[in-house]
Amino acid sequence: MGRFKIKKQDTFIDMTPMSDVMVLLLTFFMLTATFVKDEPVKVVAPGSVSEIKIPETNLLTIFVEKGGKVFMNMDSPKGMEKLAKEMRKSHGLRLTDAEMKEFVNVAMFGSSKSQMAAWLKLENAERNSYLNDNPKAGIPCDSTHDELKEWVGAARAVCGEDMGIAIKADKTTSYAVIKKVMDSLRSIHENRYNLITALKNEE
Amino acid sequence: MAKTGSSKQKKMNARVDFTPMVDMIMLLVTFFMLCTTLIKPQTMEIAMPSDVETDAQNQTQVAANKAITILLGADNTLYYCVGNPTEVPFKKTEYGKDGIRQVLMKQNADALKQVQALKDKFAMEQSSDPETFRKNKEAFQAALKEIKEGKETPSVIIRPSDAATYDNLMSILDEMQICSIGKYVIDKFTDTEQGYVDAAEGGGAAQ
Repeated sequence: MGRFKIKKQDTFIDMTPMSDVMVLLLTFFMLTATFVKDEPVKVVAPGSVSEIKIPETNLLTIFVEKGGKVFMNMDSPKGMEKLAKEMRKSHGLRLTDAEMKEFVNVAMFGSSKSQMAAWLKLENAERNSYLNDNPKAGIPCDSTHDELKEWVGAARAVCGEDMGIAIKADKTTSYAVIKKVMDSLRSIHENRYNLITALKNEE
Repeated sequence: MAKTGSSKQKKMNARVDFTPMVDMIMLLVTFFMLCTTLIKPQTMEIAMPSDVETDAQNQTQVAANKAITILLGADNTLYYCVGNPTEVPFKKTEYGKDGIRQVLMKQNADALKQVQALKDKFAMEQSSDPETFRKNKEAFQAALKEIKEGKETPSVIIRPSDAATYDNLMSILDEMQICSIGKYVIDKFTDTEQGYVDAAEGGGAAQ
């Protein structure tokens, strides 16, 4: 009888240490995980051999879609809030307080100032399809009507000198559009910015 | 007998089976592991030189015979000229290691040799101590910068036309990095440059 009992116990493996380790690993990965923000507009960055990492905090990203529309986002909701307040105060962006709250949570924005309130009223899916399909979407950045520099200027004013600017442009975008964006940044003396690329091996 | 039986049952109950929990946690761990590792390589950057500094530099460089002008045309075409663009005709070439890189490497051969020597030197001094590692890296960067900004290195003027794509521009900026060229400028593409491109095309057809 005694022998029989010991045999039965042997088949039972103690999983406690294993689950301990697993939980530890799980917490580690959960805490270090950084998820990509959902980008409503698809932008395929060109490859590059550069291996410099992008600054992780306090970053303003300018997206240039292949059709030439320009969008923007800030990496934190706090930054978005400060940006919206500054735009309302100094550059005549007309938003109500409720609309401001909506604005803080959008993943990416890009419409002229006059269209902004109407765009925020839309449902989430409609907003994305507006950005993708409407030819009028995108922040205007022509030499005659340049709102991009107001946005970037406002962001610089509220987020301080250490705010990084990154440009993520699609690889098939014409240089004419990139030039407009760069000229716009140059006009407000923003000469240091990062171009986001995907990693590529040296041939 | 009845007593021992009941105590045996209690003993068995005290053990909780962790296997399903471990299964689940394993799944979660794999999920998070895959998520984190897949994202990292997707954000890389290139720092652009400031435009204000380069404008003044540009004026002096165009006259120097160490200047290389690169024109980016439509449909992935590429033209280059070593020296003064008004005197030396433009030649057509292509992107990648058999095209423009050969030209740049030839022009920058001395600096490249120095960079290679520097790399070899620092490869010998690899250290696992983080403090020494950091110091070495800083010294390496400083030495690299000095080589790149040396008097004899060529300076490159990149002039992308409106028809060029962003990918073209990035390929050229990549070449600058591969060929260790420290002095480069992105400048405007005007009608004069269009004239050079047309001339190069005409010359190419005649050959």
